[in-house]
Amino acid sequence: MESNLALEANQVEQPESLPILKIRPSKGWASLGLHELWEYRELLYFLTWRDIKVRYKQTALGATWAVIQPFFMMVVFSLFFGKLGGMPSDGIPYPIFAFCALLPWQLFAHALLESSNSLVSNERLITKVYFPRLIVPMSAVLSGIVDFAIAFIILLGMMAYYSITPTLMIITLPLFLVLAVMTALGVGLWLSALNVQYRDVRYTISFLTQFWLFATPVAYPSSIVPERWRWLYGLNPMAGVVEGFRWALLDKTEGPGALLVVSVVVVFLILVGGLYYFRRMEQTFADVV
Amino acid sequence: MSNVAIRCDGVSKQYRIGERESYRAIRDVITDTMYAPFRRLRSTIKGLPKVPRESQSSFWALDDVSFEVKQGEVIGIIGHNGAGKSTLLKVLSRITSPTKGEVDIRGRVGSLLEVGTGFHPELTGRENVFLNGSILGMRRAEVERKFDEIVAFAEIEKFIDTPVKRYSTGMYVRLAFAVAVHLEPEVLIVDEVLAVGDAEFQKKCFRKMQEVGKDNRTILLVSHNMAAIRNICSRGLVLERGRVVASGDIDNVVDSYLARINNSQADGETVETESYVVDNVRVGSTGEQVVKTFNPVEINIRITAKTDIAEPDVYMGILTLDGQILTALVCRDFCSIPALLKGSSAEVTFKINSLPLLPGEYQIEIHLVDLVNYKFEFVPRTYPFEVVETPIYGGRKLDRWFGHIGLDGGAGVQILNS
Repeated sequence: MESNLALEANQVEQPESLPILKIRPSKGWASLGLHELWEYRELLYFLTWRDIKVRYKQTALGATWAVIQPFFMMVVFSLFFGKLGGMPSDGIPYPIFAFCALLPWQLFAHALLESSNSLVSNERLITKVYFPRLIVPMSAVLSGIVDFAIAFIILLGMMAYYSITPTLMIITLPLFLVLAVMTALGVGLWLSALNVQYRDVRYTISFLTQFWLFATPVAYPSSIVPERWRWLYGLNPMAGVVEGFRWALLDKTEGPGALLVVSVVVVFLILVGGLYYFRRMEQTFADVV
Repeated sequence: MSNVAIRCDGVSKQYRIGERESYRAIRDVITDTMYAPFRRLRSTIKGLPKVPRESQSSFWALDDVSFEVKQGEVIGIIGHNGAGKSTLLKVLSRITSPTKGEVDIRGRVGSLLEVGTGFHPELTGRENVFLNGSILGMRRAEVERKFDEIVAFAEIEKFIDTPVKRYSTGMYVRLAFAVAVHLEPEVLIVDEVLAVGDAEFQKKCFRKMQEVGKDNRTILLVSHNMAAIRNICSRGLVLERGRVVASGDIDNVVDSYLARINNSQADGETVETESYVVDNVRVGSTGEQVVKTFNPVEINIRITAKTDIAEPDVYMGILTLDGQILTALVCRDFCSIPALLKGSSAEVTFKINSLPLLPGEYQIEIHLVDLVNYKFEFVPRTYPFEVVETPIYGGRKLDRWFGHIGLDGGAGVQILNS
């Protein structure tokens, strides 16, 4: 299929053993080029590493920022929603109830912001060197993991303080972490590609994350939604992620069940759609950005 | 294609005019879509011919470019600015895709369209070497293996663990080059980059590239420096308005190209780099119509900033027609340019009290600098000017044996034994 050859390296072994690179006009939908992405995995590593390193090099408080933000959010939430608002928290002490959700939320919000702006802020790279463009938003998403890891230690400390022992369920935590990252990447792919074409996207993002925060059961439990409709809540994949985190760590809430299934399906659709959309738009990035 | 490294067949690239500068706002798209039915309705009612929604003018940056490069050949691509050289390199290095045509390249492709792509001022030299290496397509193990060689080549052993924001511009450029010249793909694509840095270091880079060339590696080189092109390349390709107008033995190609430039004079059009617009460049002699040897000369360069530039600087070099640099002035050595806000203009005047150039044709090249962001931007064209015959040296016409430099001296004689 000619149309699938769009600007991708078809490495055909020749008698002389040197691979031949074929460059063709791009038409229509490109394949995902995952093989090539794998070839460039070192670049992904270096770009992620650069983002992390640079972020901490110029800040006075360095890695403390990773903790400050979710911590103070938790304090505010505990005070206003937990203490004064009397928000139910599924029988869990409110501070830890909120913090447990704020961790994946911060990871998501940060990843979303960074990845959406990633192509525009790496413009010089994109117009001067070839590499699979997918690496740019991917590294932006991954660079948030370090912040998450640091804040996670605080969470463990808080769990000790409230004498909550994690159960065996904690082994499912990585799955929810992956789900959070995939959600951010999926949305980030769409937004980053759109951002190249339409700079409005940049202004949408802060609004979008704020809106999304309140649509996600961070400050309140998803159990306040009537049982019958709760699975629909899964259409917001972050609802699945947040409830999953609480379930895996605190083991006091019910398993997310149907809600989680819906979330996973939604994330899958957003991610695959985002990948294809990104690959399609990618061919014009260097001309437009 | 037994020993053909690059086969380029009918490659064309179309750009919409203004596409590079303008991005669209979603608002425009929405209003466009909403109004579209009404527009159509109106035109049907009034019986007007259907107008395309946006009558966009487009141009072909590359137009049916075909050529072959044999393995191990070093080929120079020359042409005016806007002739399509950079677009061709971008297509070959897969940064942008062609609109039509096919390219087959045998082997790993490394492209070097800018020096220090991805360098981050906050990171140390060591960190940047690894980062930049991986951006250029080197494996980590490969960078590790060549690390000492790279550092030695850049001559910055002592500062390798200092953040590059503390580097002098010379050190910065040397390190960036050092990484680049250690790239060892089968096909190397190089844009203009080798023109910065001090002369000594440039020579070193050329030598290194020549070594690489001998290694049966194919190199594609774009440069305005004709002397360098003659030196390194064996074959040349001239592009004009996106088409190949000449190709063949490098000396013939360069000669015919230079002959063509001499016929066309400077035209006052504006030229853009990434963050500046060069509105006007004027070479004039104070009080005289023409520029003459040993007369005071002023070179006015009017620039407009496209973005905010905290510490702008301008470099002005005087070159012979075949690209040998004769001398240069940097504005910062005499005065600093105040910060330029986006859209604001400045006129930089270089004063030469006594122009030491013999009659002949010369050209001016300009680099615009953003010192804070380490950006060195070539103005992608040169500005020719002529030094006319003068009465010095007895008023006779000087030929090429006198070179380019005028000496403000003389000669005397004393008969010793009569």
